[in-house]
Amino acid sequence: MAPLLSIKNLHVTFNTYAGKVYAVRGIDLTVEKGETLAIVGESGSGKSVSSKAIIGLLPKQSASIEQGEVLFEGRDLLSLNKSEMQKIRGSEIAVIFQDPMTALNPTMKVGKQVVEGAMKHQKLSKKEAHHLAIELFEMVGIPNPEVRINQYPHEFSGGMRQRVVIAMALASKPKLLIADEPTTALDVTIQAQILDLLRDIQKKTGTSIIFITHDLGVVANIADSVAVMYAGQIVEKGKVEEVFHNPVHPYNWGLLRSMPNMETKGKLYSIPGSPPDLMNPPTGDAFAPRNEFALSIDYEKAPPTYAVSETHTAATWLLHPKAPNINYTKQSNDDLDEEEISAVNMNDTLLKVSNLKKHFNLPSKQVLKAVDGVSLEIRKGETLGLVGESGCGKSTTGRTLLGLYEPTEGEILYNNTPIKEGNKKDFSQKIQMIFQDPYASLDPRKKVEDIIAEGLDIHGLAENKQERQEKVQRLLKVVGLQPDHAQRFPHEFSGGQRQRIGIARALAVEPELIIADEPISALDVSIQAQVVNLLKELQKDRDLTYLFIAHDLSMVKYISDRIGVMYLGAMVELAEADELYKKPLHPYTQALLSAVPVPDPKIEKTRERIILEGGLPSPVNPPQGCRFRTRCPLATEKCAEIPQWREVEKSHWVACHYV
Amino acid sequence: MKKFILVRLVNILITLFLIATLTFFLMKTLPGSPFDEEKLMNLSEELRMEFYAKYGLDEPLHIQYFKYMGDLVQGDLGLSYYYKEQPVSSLIMDRLAPSALIGLQAVVLGLSIGIILGMVAAFRHNTGWDYFTMIIAVLGVSVPNFVLAAFFQFYIGLKWGILPVAYWESYDHSILPTIALAVGVIAQIARFMRNEMLEVLQQDYIITAQSKGLGDWVVLIRHAIRNAMIPIVTILGPVVVSLLTGSLVIENIFSIPGIGSLFVDSIKMNDYTTIMGLTLFYSAFFILTMLIVDILYGIIDPRIRVHGKE
Repeated sequence: MAPLLSIKNLHVTFNTYAGKVYAVRGIDLTVEKGETLAIVGESGSGKSVSSKAIIGLLPKQSASIEQGEVLFEGRDLLSLNKSEMQKIRGSEIAVIFQDPMTALNPTMKVGKQVVEGAMKHQKLSKKEAHHLAIELFEMVGIPNPEVRINQYPHEFSGGMRQRVVIAMALASKPKLLIADEPTTALDVTIQAQILDLLRDIQKKTGTSIIFITHDLGVVANIADSVAVMYAGQIVEKGKVEEVFHNPVHPYNWGLLRSMPNMETKGKLYSIPGSPPDLMNPPTGDAFAPRNEFALSIDYEKAPPTYAVSETHTAATWLLHPKAPNINYTKQSNDDLDEEEISAVNMNDTLLKVSNLKKHFNLPSKQVLKAVDGVSLEIRKGETLGLVGESGCGKSTTGRTLLGLYEPTEGEILYNNTPIKEGNKKDFSQKIQMIFQDPYASLDPRKKVEDIIAEGLDIHGLAENKQERQEKVQRLLKVVGLQPDHAQRFPHEFSGGQRQRIGIARALAVEPELIIADEPISALDVSIQAQVVNLLKELQKDRDLTYLFIAHDLSMVKYISDRIGVMYLGAMVELAEADELYKKPLHPYTQALLSAVPVPDPKIEKTRERIILEGGLPSPVNPPQGCRFRTRCPLATEKCAEIPQWREVEKSHWVACHYV
Repeated sequence: MKKFILVRLVNILITLFLIATLTFFLMKTLPGSPFDEEKLMNLSEELRMEFYAKYGLDEPLHIQYFKYMGDLVQGDLGLSYYYKEQPVSSLIMDRLAPSALIGLQAVVLGLSIGIILGMVAAFRHNTGWDYFTMIIAVLGVSVPNFVLAAFFQFYIGLKWGILPVAYWESYDHSILPTIALAVGVIAQIARFMRNEMLEVLQQDYIITAQSKGLGDWVVLIRHAIRNAMIPIVTILGPVVVSLLTGSLVIENIFSIPGIGSLFVDSIKMNDYTTIMGLTLFYSAFFILTMLIVDILYGIIDPRIRVHGKE
C-alpha cells in the first residue's frame, strides 16, 4: 500500500540579513495511513520547518524550498498553486500548534474559530456548523459545549485551549494531523490528558499523525515510528522500539543517555559542544565535532544512509562494514555506575521556613493566595527540589525566600537568624538566584563582564579594576566559558552559554544558597545535561546549597537529595528523593509521577497511568479543606477538613487524610 | 459595565470642577482686565466702576468664585464681556456647527485613509506600497498643518480655483480645512496601523488561520484587522485632541467662524467668561472622548470586557 505522505530529498533555506541558512538539508520521510510518526530533534534541527514546508506555511519572503518533493496521496504538494493548497490545508491536512495561549484569535468566539475552516471546505450552513462545533467539543472532552462555544479563548485554561485547538484541527476530518510540540507548553498532568486524547482520536478516526517534539518520553508514549533530526538532516529513523532499544547513531545515543531516568545516579552523560551553525553547514557529518566516536572520514564526507533492518535506517559511518564496533549498552552502563556519597548533615539546617504565606491583592479586590502556608527546611549542602505544576506557587516561594517579595505571613530563619524587612540586605549576598529564561534574564546592553561583576560592585567585593577583572575571568572559567567572553554581549551566546553566564553571575558574590528557578527548562536536552552537571560540580567544589525549582520530575529526581511537592500554594509531600519516587504517598504525587513520560516505549505503552480529571482550580478561590480534593480519586467528605502536615515516616512528610 | 460608567461619570464631574476652579483663579491672577483696552483707556473711573459692578468684578475674589460656580451648576456660563451681553453658552452653540463638521470629517477621513494605508503597507511589506505610505506618513507628521493649509489655499484655491480659499458659505468651504486637518491624522494612524499589522501578522493565530485553509483576505479581515485595531483605539484620544488644537490654527487661516477662532479671539480680548466657558467645553469634550475610547476598547477586545465586569 502506498504511504499517505512521502517526502523526498527536501531542502529548505532561509534568507537572513546575515546570510543563507540551510535549515533542512535533504530529508526523506514516509507516513503510513493511521500511524504516528514522531520527529525528534533539538531547537534549530529543522523539524518544525519540515512540517511547515509540507503544508506551505513557511514565511514567503524569507524561506525557499530549494528542491524535493512532498507527495500526499500521489500529488506533489510543492507544485500546487495557492488556491489548490488552501483546499488541502485544514481539510486533508490539519495542524496543531505548540502554544495554545497564542494559537487562538483572542477576539473571536472559539466555536466560530473551530468550525470556520470546515464551513469553507464543506460549505456548511450556520446551523450545521453549530452542530459540528458542539460535536467536536464533545469529542475532545470539553464539558458544557453549548455554553463553551460562545466564549472567548481567555475564558479557557491552557489544557482546555489545547483541546479547542485539537477540535479545530479535527473539524474537517483530516487524513493527516501535524502536531507541532502540542504538549510542550502544558503541565505534565495536562500533557497526559492531551496525549490520551490524541491516541483516542486516532483510534476513532484512523488519521495519521506527525508528532513533532523534543521530549523523548512523549515519543516513547505516542509514536509508532520515529525520525531523529540533527542539523537539518534525519540521522536515524525506524520503529519506536528500534530507535529506543537498538539505537545506532551516536547522536541518538547521546540523547537517550543525557535524559536521566528515575534510577540515574552519578554523573549525567552530556553531549559536548553545541549544534553547528547552519549558515555554513559542515561538509562531513554535522555531528562529528560532538561525537566521541567520530572517524576521520566523518569530517570529510557526509555519511550515506545505511539500513539496519527493513524499517530501521541511520546515517553514520559507524555502520560501514569496516568501522569499529561500538557497544552502546555497555558504554552507557559504565558511565552511570559511579555512586556518589552525600555529605549532607541531617541536623545542619541552613534555612528554615515556617508557615510561609504570600498573598497578592488583585485589582478586582480579590486575594490571590500564591503561597499559603509552606513549611520547609533546607540543610547545608543539600539540594532541595521543589516540584509542582504551573501556578502551584513554587516560583513565588523561591522569590519570597530571596526577599524579592515581602512574605504576607510566616517566618524565614537563615542560620537561625530571622530574615526581616530591616536586615534583608545582610542576606542578599548569601542567597542568589538563577533564572529560567537565559534570554530575558541578562541585560542585552551590558557586557558579560559587567553582568557578572554587578554583584561584586554592589557588595564592594573587588577592590580595584584588576581584581574585578580577575574574578570575572576566574568565574568564566569555572562555568566553562572562555576568559575573552567577558568583553562580549549576551546576544553573541547560545542559550546554554547564557545560562552559564547566569550561573557565573550568581556565583560572583560567593553565596551559600542558590535558588534555581527552572534553570534548565528553556534549554535543549543535550544542553540540559551539561548545565545540570555543572551545577552538581559547583555544589561539590563550593559547598553550595540549592533550592531547585522545576516541573521536570526526572531531572529533579536526579539532582535533588530531597523533594517537596507543591499543589495550589501548599506543600503536599516532602521526602528523600528515592523514597518519594519509590513510595509516593500523596495521591497527587502518585498522579504526577505516573504522568511523566519515560523515554522507554516498553514501559510507556504498557503502564497504567493515573489521569487526573480537569485542571488546576483558581488560587483566588481554592477548594476548602484539602486543596486537591476536587481532582483526587480518593476524595471523601472528610477531605473538606484541612489535612494535617505530618511526618508519617522518618523524614517523609505528607498532608493527606488517607495515608 | 453600568457601574464602570457610573464611576467614570463621577470622576468626570470632579475633574471638571477642578479644571473650572483652576482656570478661574489662573485667569484672575493674570494682569489686565477686559476693560483695559486702548479704546477704553480714557474711560472715566466712574464708568469703569460701573462696568465692574455690572459684571460682578468689584466683589471680593471668593464671592466671584462662588457666584460663578453656582451659575455653572445651573448650566449658566455667564455673559460674554466682549460680544455685547451674549450668554457664553449660546455663543459656543452658534460657533459649534462649523468646527464640529470639519472635525468630524477630518476624523472620519483620517481614520479610514490612515487605516487602509497602514494595512496595505503592512500587507505589502517592503514593497513600493510600503515605502510610498511611509513617505506620506513622515511628511504628514513633520509638515505643520498651517503650512499645508497655506499651500492648499495658494494652489487649489487661488491658482487653480477648484475650491474656495476661505470663509464659511457653502459645503465646499469645508473641504480644504478638512483635508488640512486630516493629513496629520492620516500620517499618525497609518504609521501606527502598519506597525500593529506587522506585529499581528506574525502572531500564531494568523498562522493557525492560514493552516485552516482560509484565503489571504479572509485571514486579513476576519483575524488580523480587529486585533490590530485594539491599539489604534488607544491613540484615538490624543488624535482627537490634536484635531482640536489643530483647528484653532486652521479656523483662523480659513477665516471660519468656529469655536477655535472664538477661543483665539476671546484670549486676545481678555474675555474671561468666554475663555472659561471654552476651556470647560474643551475639557468636557476631551474627557468624554476618553470615556468613549475606553468603552470602545471593551467592544473590540473581549478580554477587557470581562475585566470591566469584575
